Amino acid sequence: MPMTATKQEPLIEAKGLDVRMGGQRVLEHVDLSISAGEILTIVGPNGSGKSTLLRALIGAVRLDGGKVTHAEGLRIGYVPQRLHIDPTLPLTVRRFLNLPRQHNKAQIEQALERAGIPNRADAAMTALSGGQFQRALMARALLDQPDLLILDEASQGLDQTGTADFYRQLEQIRDELNCGILLVSHDLHVVMRAADRVICLNHHICCQGHPEAVSNAPEYRALFGRYEEEALAIFRHDPHHHPHDHAHAPEAEVEADDAG
Amino acid sequence: MLDDFMLRAGLAGLGVVLAAAPLGCFVVWRRMAFFGAATAHAAVLGVALSLALSVSIFAGVLAVSLLMAVLVTALSGRGYAMDTLLGVLAHAALAFGLVAVSFLSDVRIDLMAYLFGDILAVGRGDLAVIWGGAVLVLGLTLWRWQALLLETISDELAHAEGHDPRRDSLILTIALAIIIAVAIKVVGVLLITALLIIPAAAARAFSHTPEQMALGAAGIGMLSVAGGLWGSWHLDTPTGPSIVCVAALIFAALTTLGRVIRAKAAT
Repeated sequence: MPMTATKQEPLIEAKGLDVRMGGQRVLEHVDLSISAGEILTIVGPNGSGKSTLLRALIGAVRLDGGKVTHAEGLRIGYVPQRLHIDPTLPLTVRRFLNLPRQHNKAQIEQALERAGIPNRADAAMTALSGGQFQRALMARALLDQPDLLILDEASQGLDQTGTADFYRQLEQIRDELNCGILLVSHDLHVVMRAADRVICLNHHICCQGHPEAVSNAPEYRALFGRYEEEALAIFRHDPHHHPHDHAHAPEAEVEADDAG
Repeated sequence: MLDDFMLRAGLAGLGVVLAAAPLGCFVVWRRMAFFGAATAHAAVLGVALSLALSVSIFAGVLAVSLLMAVLVTALSGRGYAMDTLLGVLAHAALAFGLVAVSFLSDVRIDLMAYLFGDILAVGRGDLAVIWGGAVLVLGLTLWRWQALLLETISDELAHAEGHDPRRDSLILTIALAIIIAVAIKVVGVLLITALLIIPAAAARAFSHTPEQMALGAAGIGMLSVAGGLWGSWHLDTPTGPSIVCVAALIFAALTTLGRVIRAKAAT
């Protein structure tokens, strides 16, 4: 494949990014690069500058320092965190996928089928449920075989199984297209499983590397220690377990707390 | 063949509504209605300045409208809510314009003609300016159609795919200033925004794609011009406002019809 020759060349390279907003430093000296075939995840607490970093990488934010370089002819598929379509704008799923370039009927149908929303081409975008809307965004991002897929909190609103499926799907996409995938997420555990590399961001890069190494790093634990324990607790909880069948000690405690 | 003043009026109205249709859709989708009104109000100041400096009304209005648009863009996001900022600038521009006109005591000008238009007085020269501007606006809007549409839906998607939303917003602003400058003779500064918004909003009820809405707006605009001219001829009413009245009636009818049909489909 022609891509293998350029595999070592990063798709996007950012050096020393500085972004200030309203006098606050949102990003400080952030270096980042992502290559084809790599899944890179950015984790960080709320307000740590994750979304700003993504926006800086696509050129939507004015930089106060540093430089972003895109590989020549880089095609980016972007899946934003939220997208508001004004109710006055009539837009079918098909028209959205055909924006700005026209695709033939078969391509549209195939893209929707792969995204798991077949037969929705003529539905209005505003009539889609939250999950379907997210899938339509994904279908459009993948339509022109991007070199780099960027997802901002794309698993928001999915349940635990949905999230796990979603990340399995990402690995499939990466293997099929040999594209780079850059994502921002809160879902620490699933993210940790799917990513090749994790960057832990809190305005600056606290630590980065292989998921396991990062989750053991003291900087990461300082940021996420408590949150992680909570997340793990949710994971260990058996959803099919009916609370009244057996009087588990921890549940009894919770109930006692509620009563008091 | 352009001797008949009704024919010239019809052609002038046609030029404006055709150019206003796709542009008006963006004004509606991007919630720029008040921005358009503010820019239009500044046009009175442009009229006063062009009379004082003896330059063409078109040039004066275009310059002041552009200046207003740039000023609004520059001041936005600096502490005041957009509607407050536009309210201050729009009415300040209108008031200063009206005061400036009153200084021009040696020039007899019919202020009403600039506030509400004077479509029946459109001459051949006016017609050339109107159609020149209309073709330019239509060209700009259609040229950037796909990119503007993407930018309207999401700035981030547009950036990621290599577009430049800031440049395209500027193009849209320029198109808005041009349409105001050419439409001042047709409906006047106070009713220009109506011709941008009402046909587009009326077309929304029965559109499934942006393109259908723009074409629908053009059709409704043409119908409004024809109906307004006919009405003002038979009922002896002011023409510009009559055109807007017809557009508003079409809007009310289509929107109600759309509601009823959807309610029936839902049951």
